[in-house]
Amino acid sequence: MSKVDLSVKIGSLTLQNPIMLASGTVGYGNEMAEFTDLNKLGGIVTKSLSLKPRKGNPPQRIVETPAGMLNAIGLANVGVEVFLKEKIPFLKQFNVPLICNIAASTIEEYVECTKILTEEDTIKAFEINVSCPNVKEGGLSFGNDVKAVAKITERVRAVTQKPLIIKLSPNVSYIAEFAKTAKENGADAVSAINTLVGAAFNIFTRKPKIHNVTGGLSGPAIKPVAIAKVFEISRQVDIPIIGIGGIMDWRDVIEFMIAGSSAVQIGTLNFIDPSAPGKIVNQLEEHCIKNGVEKISSLIASYQL
Amino acid sequence: MEEIIELNHHIYLLKVFSPELTYIIKPGQFLNIRVSERVYPLLRRPFSVCDVQGDHLYLMFNIMGEGTSILAHKPIGSNLDILGPLGNGFNFDGDYETAVIVAGGLGAAPFPFVTRILDGKKNILSFIGGRTKDDVITYNLKNVKEASDDGSRGFKGNVVQLLEKNLEQLKSKKIKIFACGPTAMLRALKDFCIKQNIECEASTECAMACGFGICQGCPIESTSEKDHYLLVCKDGPVFNIKDVVI
Repeated sequence: MSKVDLSVKIGSLTLQNPIMLASGTVGYGNEMAEFTDLNKLGGIVTKSLSLKPRKGNPPQRIVETPAGMLNAIGLANVGVEVFLKEKIPFLKQFNVPLICNIAASTIEEYVECTKILTEEDTIKAFEINVSCPNVKEGGLSFGNDVKAVAKITERVRAVTQKPLIIKLSPNVSYIAEFAKTAKENGADAVSAINTLVGAAFNIFTRKPKIHNVTGGLSGPAIKPVAIAKVFEISRQVDIPIIGIGGIMDWRDVIEFMIAGSSAVQIGTLNFIDPSAPGKIVNQLEEHCIKNGVEKISSLIASYQL
Repeated sequence: MEEIIELNHHIYLLKVFSPELTYIIKPGQFLNIRVSERVYPLLRRPFSVCDVQGDHLYLMFNIMGEGTSILAHKPIGSNLDILGPLGNGFNFDGDYETAVIVAGGLGAAPFPFVTRILDGKKNILSFIGGRTKDDVITYNLKNVKEASDDGSRGFKGNVVQLLEKNLEQLKSKKIKIFACGPTAMLRALKDFCIKQNIECEASTECAMACGFGICQGCPIESTSEKDHYLLVCKDGPVFNIKDVVI
């Protein structure tokens, strides 16, 4: 029993600590398990799943930018059926809550995916990706449309009892409006933020550095944007927030929690140091001990303005 | 980091003490190195293993940008944050007596180690090309034939043209090609190998973030399975040249 209570709640889901691994940065768990003890974490979120397998975008998919990176993977994934058959057996051996991220091109596809996946006991919650910037149909066009987010949330809510998290786009003027809509339509939590739309050109060839031209910007470069968006939601909507955006160490986690996050997701850092998430859990505990924080949940939205 | 050797004015050889790696790493595998603790450059930089001697491994690189520049100027004695070994490495199986190494430019990097492993077991012939004489890198290679695009060193033309010129000699032996180099070279080499029915293992390259399969950033098209991509970092970086679209 640790001396500090690191547990946090996301709706009806209790996490042993606030450290989750973000969708698209953990595959289906097997590669990360070589570097970090998944059982130490608060939760892991799968790569976005769609009803049918998706091949994703051609190369180049990734480019580094100052303090960040652009990616346009295009939601490459094995599809719901293969996921259940081939990926779940590996994930079953862990106690860590498994959250399935779903990305779809139509509202019906979101509903269909959730209906199938909710039958699987290993899956403890859903994160609905309404904000992928890298696919032609669906994705960001949903994330930019309050009515679409309302509809998706409502329809998915109707087919699962499990906690429902809506992953919000930062590429909007008022993110709190989207969080409010998600809550009103039955979501248990929101995660914020997905990547920011960005682009980079080679100045000699004058060509875009990634095939899709635009991509999603992640990494420490976006942290202040993410903190601002989390804070905006926290001020205006009473809903648990999972903070995401450029977390590189335990200090960033504390900052996200103070700004209003109940939990956080680590993303780009997994690519650089896949053993970091486990270490951050230990460092959070040390920080709490040193600073007399008995329950880490007491930090949530504890900002002093 | 024990030593940085300048092979010529733009190619460096980095000598690293790492017994943890030297006894498990295979030729054609790579290492992903975090050159800085800071957030820029953010991502690790992949380097194929160049050679292994006892407890030391060698990496060959040129200065491409901020990351490699930091690496080249690190003080001797610094600790390096290395993730690896990553990727599959060369498959040396097969019915052949002569290993033919084909490399363009810095594509020569993995072959000192390949040469060390195969020396004494197979005959080795190396066809090494580059744009100009400075790009023809023959460090620790054996039985080298050289080519340069501008004719400043060896055969004037590219390395695949040099292979064609030596076709009779090559066809008289049981050979397998091990290759690494720019995409244009590998593309021409693939055509050559298919036409001449020669087995070839090629090490490929693609921008990547993680190096171990989670970012999905480095797709390469498979010739047989069209519904999904292979990943350069995990399924490769070495492929049978017939199996991938180059």
